[in-house]
Amino acid sequence: MITGLGVTAPGGIGTAAFWDLISSGRTATRRISLFDPTGFRSRIAAEIDFDPAACGLSPQEIRRMDRAAQLGVVSAREALADSGLTLEDVPPERRGVSIGSAVGCTTGLEEEYVVVSDGGREWLVDPAYAVPHLYGYMVPSTLAVEVAWTAQAEGPVALISTGCTAGLDSVGHGYRLVQEGAADVVIAGATDAPISPITVACFDAIKATSPNNDDPEHASRPFDRDRDGFVLGEGAAVMVLEEREAALRRGAEIYAEIVGFASRSNAYHMTGLKPDGREMAEAIRVALREARLNPEDVDYINAHGSGTRQNDRHETAAFKDALGEHAYKTPVSSIKSMVGHSLGAIGSIEVAASVLAIKHNVIPPTANLHTPDPECDLDYVPVTAREQPVDVVLSVGSGFGGFQTAMLLAQR
Amino acid sequence: MNDRKTATRSGRAPDERVVVTGIGVTAPNGVGTEAYWAATLNGKSGLARITHLDPERYPTRVAGVVQEFDAAEYVPSRLIVQTDHWTHLGLAATAMALDDAGVDPAELPEYEMAVVTASSSGGNEFGQREIEKLWSKGPEYVGVYQSIAWFYAATTGQVSIRYGMRGPCGVICTEQAGGLDVAAQARRLLRREARLVVTGGTDASRSPYALTAQFTSGMLSTRDDPVRAYLPFDVDACGHVPGEGGAMLIAEGESAARRRGAVPYGVIAGYGASFDPRPEPGRPARSNLVRAIRLALDDARIRPDQVDVVFADAVGVPERDLAEAAAIGEVFGPRAVPVTAPKTMTGRLYGGGAALDLATALLAIRDGVIPPTVGVTSPAPGCDLDLVLGTARETPVRTALVLARGYGGFNSALVVTAP
Repeated sequence: MITGLGVTAPGGIGTAAFWDLISSGRTATRRISLFDPTGFRSRIAAEIDFDPAACGLSPQEIRRMDRAAQLGVVSAREALADSGLTLEDVPPERRGVSIGSAVGCTTGLEEEYVVVSDGGREWLVDPAYAVPHLYGYMVPSTLAVEVAWTAQAEGPVALISTGCTAGLDSVGHGYRLVQEGAADVVIAGATDAPISPITVACFDAIKATSPNNDDPEHASRPFDRDRDGFVLGEGAAVMVLEEREAALRRGAEIYAEIVGFASRSNAYHMTGLKPDGREMAEAIRVALREARLNPEDVDYINAHGSGTRQNDRHETAAFKDALGEHAYKTPVSSIKSMVGHSLGAIGSIEVAASVLAIKHNVIPPTANLHTPDPECDLDYVPVTAREQPVDVVLSVGSGFGGFQTAMLLAQR
Repeated sequence: MNDRKTATRSGRAPDERVVVTGIGVTAPNGVGTEAYWAATLNGKSGLARITHLDPERYPTRVAGVVQEFDAAEYVPSRLIVQTDHWTHLGLAATAMALDDAGVDPAELPEYEMAVVTASSSGGNEFGQREIEKLWSKGPEYVGVYQSIAWFYAATTGQVSIRYGMRGPCGVICTEQAGGLDVAAQARRLLRREARLVVTGGTDASRSPYALTAQFTSGMLSTRDDPVRAYLPFDVDACGHVPGEGGAMLIAEGESAARRRGAVPYGVIAGYGASFDPRPEPGRPARSNLVRAIRLALDDARIRPDQVDVVFADAVGVPERDLAEAAAIGEVFGPRAVPVTAPKTMTGRLYGGGAALDLATALLAIRDGVIPPTVGVTSPAPGCDLDLVLGTARETPVRTALVLARGYGGFNSALVVTAP
C-alpha cells in the first residue's frame, strides 16, 4: 500500500506542484542554467528551481549533501509527513529504505574533482583540497543513508542502481521487503541530479539527448515522428510503502496498491534496443501474472517514453506483444515530455504520476506530440490530459545495461 | 479491484535451499579461486606499496592491488576498451565461477538466469580519465563509452549480455555490505522465479581521485609498512587499507543444482540486515549489528553455539572494531567462537569485500580450515575474541557467519552452512 508521497520535480517543489504541471500539459524543459552549456551538443534540460534552505534543509545538511541527496531528503520528508506515520505506529527497526539512483552523487563528485585537479589539469589530484564529505559523494549508498536518517529507519536499507530503471526497481525492492515481512514500512523512491557537465557530455558523445536547443520547451517529443532524443532531467520521488493490514489499522489514507512487479534484461546491448520489445513484454506478462490481472484490466500505461528513436518503437512493440489487441485501446503517455528524463529517479517519479492518475482519475498527457509516427500507432494521449476512471496502471522503464521493468498499481 | 481473474502464482518454493555451486576470485593475493585460497591459508598478503600511480602525494600509500592480472585472458578486447578495470575483474571472476560450477548458460532458460552485483565506486578510473578530458580539453573529447563504463550497473549489464542472462538483474550499492545484500537478493530470486543467479561483486577504487575520496572517510591507514598498515582488533589498529577485486558466485536452487550433478560448496542459509541510527555529536555511536546477526541466525534456524567461525567486518578503526567485538560477544559470549579477518591480506574491497569473505567462508567449509588474520599480534583491550591469528586453524567448519558493515551505517550478516 502506498500511504505517502513526496515529489521534487522540474516545474515546482512538492507533489501538488508536480501534479499541477503534468496534468496541465505544460513543460519544464529549458536551456541549462545549472552550468554554462556553451560548447555542448545538447544544451537543454528539465531543471528544478531548487532552494534547499527554502525546502527546510539546515546549513549543515546543505553543506553535507550533494544535490541528489538534497532532493531525496526533501521528498522523503514530504512523503513521511503526508503518510502521517509516527514512531509509535512503526518503530525504527521495522522501517526499511530502498532508494534508487543511476549516477549517485556525480554532480558533487564533479564539482569537487574540478577543485582537487585544479580545473582538470592534474591527473594526480591534490588531496589537500578535498572536502570532508568527498567519500560520501563517491559511494552512492550515501543517498540511502540520508533518507534512512530522515526516516529514522534502522531496518534493511539499500541503494538500488540499475541505471534508468533504478527508480522502478527500488520501489519494487521495497515492495518485496514489505511482502516478506522484513519491514512493516519501507520508504522507497529514487533520486538523481545529473545535470552536470560530465553527464551531459557523456550523452552528447552517443547522441542520445535532443539537440533541439532552439526550442527547449518542445524538445522532449516522445512518440512524435520528429523526436530526436531525450531531454535530461533531475528530481526525486519518495513514497511510503506499508503492509496492508497495518495501514488500515492505523487509518492511513491509501493512494494505491502495488500489485505486480517484474524485471527482465535484454542481454543484447548496453545502450541499443531490438525493435521487438521482447524482454519488456515478458516483464509485463510476469507482472500481470503476479497481480492476477489480465491485459484488459490495464486502464493506463505510464510509458518509459524517453523520446529516442529506438525506445519509443521498442516500447510500442512491447505493449502490443504483452497486451495484444488491448494495447490499441489503452491510453499510453510519457511524462518525460514535461519533466524530462531524470535517469534513475524518473521511475519513481513515474510511479508517483501513476498513483496520482489513479487518485484523480486523470491521465496526464504526452506533451509535444503533434505529428504521429507510423511506427508508434497507439493512443498516446497527445497534448491534453484526459479524465477517465483509472483503476489499474502499468508503469514501465527501460535502461542502459538492457534492464526492462514493469510495475502494476491498482486502486484498492 | 473486484474482477481480477485468478492466475497461477509466480512464486515457486519459498523455502527452497539455495546453494553456491561456483566461485571465481580476483583478489590482491591471488587471481583464481585456488591461487587465492592457497595464498590465504598460507598467510600470504597482497598488500604492497602502490605502484600503478605515484602514491607519494597521497596520505595512503599502501593498497591491495590485484597483481598479474591480464584482462585479455578473460575479456574480449572489444569489451576491454568499453569497460573499467572494476568490470574487467568482475567479468574475469564470473567466467571462472561459471566454469567452476560446470554450467553452460546457453543450455538454461534465458529468463531464469539473472545477474545481481554489488558496486561501490563504479568505474572510477575510466570516469576520472573522461572527466579529465572534459575539463582539460572540452566536451567533444569525452568518449562514447563513458555512459556505459562509469555507472554502477556496468558490470551487471555486461555479464548479462555476455552470457545471455535475461532474468531479473540487479545492482545493490551498500558499500562494504553489498556483497552480502546481493547474495540475499540472489536467494530471493531463486526462491521466486530464477534458476541460476550470478552474484557477488568487485570494486577497484584505484584512481587518484578515488584514493583521495576514500581518505576523507577518516578510516584509511596512513602507515607505510604493508605488514603493519592494517591491523584490525589490534592495539596498533590505525584504519584499513583499500583493496581491489572481489568474488563472483553462482547460486542455484538446491534441487536443480543436484539434478544436474553439481557439487555445492554450501548453503546460503540465513540473512539479516539492519541500519545504525545517525551518530549524534558528543554521544557514543549506537550499533545495530547484533540485530543483523540475530536475524541471520534466526533465518537460518541456527543457534549461536552451532556457529563454527565468524568472518568479521574488521574495519580497523579502534572504536568500530570494539563495537564489532562487543556485538560478537553479546551474541556468542566471550571468546566462544573463532573469529577471523583474512581481508588483512587483501585490504577492504568495498563492493567486492563481503563477496570475497563469503567465498572464503565457503572454502573454509569445504576444507575444514579457518584462514588466519595476519599481522595482528596484540588484540586491543575490549576485543575479547578468539581471533585466529598467525596461521590457519584446522577444524571442521559446518556453519560460518559472515559480517559486513557499509559506510554510513549498513549492517549485514549472512550464515552459510555445509551442503
